[in-house]
Amino acid sequence: MDNSITTQAVTFDVFRFNSETDYLPYYKKYTLEVTSEEVVLDILNRIKWEHDGSFSYRRSCRHGICGACAIKVNGKGVLACKERMSDLIELFGTSMSIEPLSEKRAIKDMIVDKADFWDSHEKVKPYLVAQIDESPESENLVSVEEHEALLEADLCIQCGLCHYSCPSVEINDDYFGPAAFVAAYRFNADVRDSATVDRLEQINAPAQGVWDCVKCFECQEVCPKDINPIEKITKLHNMVFSEFVALDNVATRHAVGFASSIRKHGMLDEGELVRYSEGTIPMILKHGVVGLKMLKKGKVVPPWKMPKSDKLDEIQALVRSSSTAEF
Amino acid sequence: MQDKLTYALFTGCTAKQSTPEQLKSTYAVASKLGIELIELSEASCCGASHLQDYDDFLSLVLNARNICYAESRGLTMVTICNTCQLNTAMTKQRLDSDEKLKARVNEKLAEVGLEYKGSSQITHFLYAIIDDFGLDKIASMVKTPLSQFNIAPFYGCHNIRPSELQNSSHRTKENPYKPTSLDELIVACGGVNVDYEQKNKCCGFHAELQAPHTAAVLTGNAMAGAIDANADWMVTPCPLCHLKLDTQYGHAGEAVGREVKMPVLHMQQMVGLALGCTPQELGFEHHLSEVDFIDAVN
Ligand code: SF4
Ligand code: SF4
Ligand code: FES
Repeated sequence: MDNSITTQAVTFDVFRFNSETDYLPYYKKYTLEVTSEEVVLDILNRIKWEHDGSFSYRRSCRHGICGACAIKVNGKGVLACKERMSDLIELFGTSMSIEPLSEKRAIKDMIVDKADFWDSHEKVKPYLVAQIDESPESENLVSVEEHEALLEADLCIQCGLCHYSCPSVEINDDYFGPAAFVAAYRFNADVRDSATVDRLEQINAPAQGVWDCVKCFECQEVCPKDINPIEKITKLHNMVFSEFVALDNVATRHAVGFASSIRKHGMLDEGELVRYSEGTIPMILKHGVVGLKMLKKGKVVPPWKMPKSDKLDEIQALVRSSSTAEF
Repeated sequence: MQDKLTYALFTGCTAKQSTPEQLKSTYAVASKLGIELIELSEASCCGASHLQDYDDFLSLVLNARNICYAESRGLTMVTICNTCQLNTAMTKQRLDSDEKLKARVNEKLAEVGLEYKGSSQITHFLYAIIDDFGLDKIASMVKTPLSQFNIAPFYGCHNIRPSELQNSSHRTKENPYKPTSLDELIVACGGVNVDYEQKNKCCGFHAELQAPHTAAVLTGNAMAGAIDANADWMVTPCPLCHLKLDTQYGHAGEAVGREVKMPVLHMQQMVGLALGCTPQELGFEHHLSEVDFIDAVN
């Protein structure tokens, strides 16, 4: 194996912005000889040290644990201190953009204002709520299984990569975002905690809660700690039902509607799902125009022609025997 | 001549209802390529990434049951919907990596005389034809190259993320930050692939009822991206993305403040067009955003 260090010229289009002096952000090009051993943080350092001392970014641990150095390279969220340049060159070639996590929240160059991230966190009470006996007679033990139920949610370093890669966060300021949901799950899954219902009421509310997740899996893909936020989001959905805090609204009915449809046809009855989720009148108001066009184009199957799965009785038997939720 | 490629086809619900053109074109392309598709007529809905929010265990049992019917036929399961692919492959991954969970699911399946073994692969039709048939071979069969068209690929989340799961389902290695399969398929069909920022982004379909504004902005951004990159039309492997892009251009346009309507083809329709299938075989009459360039092709 050849272990010699190779170098390659790479051109970086770097986002520059100073909110105190600039009206608009601009991009500055830097071409650097990049060695196969460097990580993105080395590049940021070299831009600052060799080209422009005013270039600003956050970093602290250089060990992938403080979460400060999160930025985007060609749209891919990375921890600058962990991401190898050789991998990025292999993926994107020798020209790439360097941008902050969120352009609209940029303060200076790579530095963003994460206030919205912390605000969302705060709303889900990211701490243990418990009555602690100040003079316990015995140890308060948590079993290995109980600890494993946290599903690594306690390893989150709050880097914000998932939050600022989430399209729902980008579009809807109220949406808590994947990292806050990870925190909500982490404490809801803790056997010592007693604020589960409080948190569920927060994450169950329309616009801000889990139901506004578009299921794009960006959060799972980007997380440098393999925390899989959307898995925790699913667990929170489940808790909403198991703790009986589900509201009767379009979002819950939409999830429940799948079970009813499968019980009836095996397949999903698309029209009925929309009607059941929205209610008949809102369905006509919101979807009537498009629905009519779809009907004309042969995209709506009338109820009497609804396809059914073969062996429907078998599906129905399984729905009876394997259902674990109630609404 | 190699043995005929045969797959167990999991149609999903959409192809049987709101995207009939997708089912038609799947069969049309399979017949041109000499691929045999055996329909899993016993299959239920996969839960479309929503059932598990309500009842995760039920979702696992039903998806495992669907896979059983591919296993009992000794075939690879082929999906034609990104979300079916995600739900089915994720079920497989969870059961194959957790003996206890598999036993719990099999206990239920045993009541109806079935057993999930984990013996069938599950792959999307897009990757099946790339992996098993080959892009070169498709290119060599092209009758009407799509060379006059700038075509914008729209990959759809559930074929590319989470990449660890997706890349275990097929041999083509796809990077979700720079996917290439659909681009390569466009080129194999003789078309010009268009690069734009939103090609690997979400269309918002899954939150259309719950978060209509978010969903509409995502669709609007995607279509605006394709239009600004000079695309003549878009192509997608996912019928849910297709529904969103083909039927929701009105809401999407309102949300992003500009008109965004353009023809959107299923990946099967694009391949079919290049291979010389007729417009009827490909079901263009079902589109809401009229496919108005067919005369130019034939
Ligand atoms: S899966 Fe949901 S939470 Fe995760 S990035 Fe997408 S919209 Fe955000
Ligand atoms: S879940 Fe992962 S990506 Fe999100 S803030 Fe925590 S460590 Fe970062
Ligand atoms: S500097 Fe701490 S995570 Fe990169």
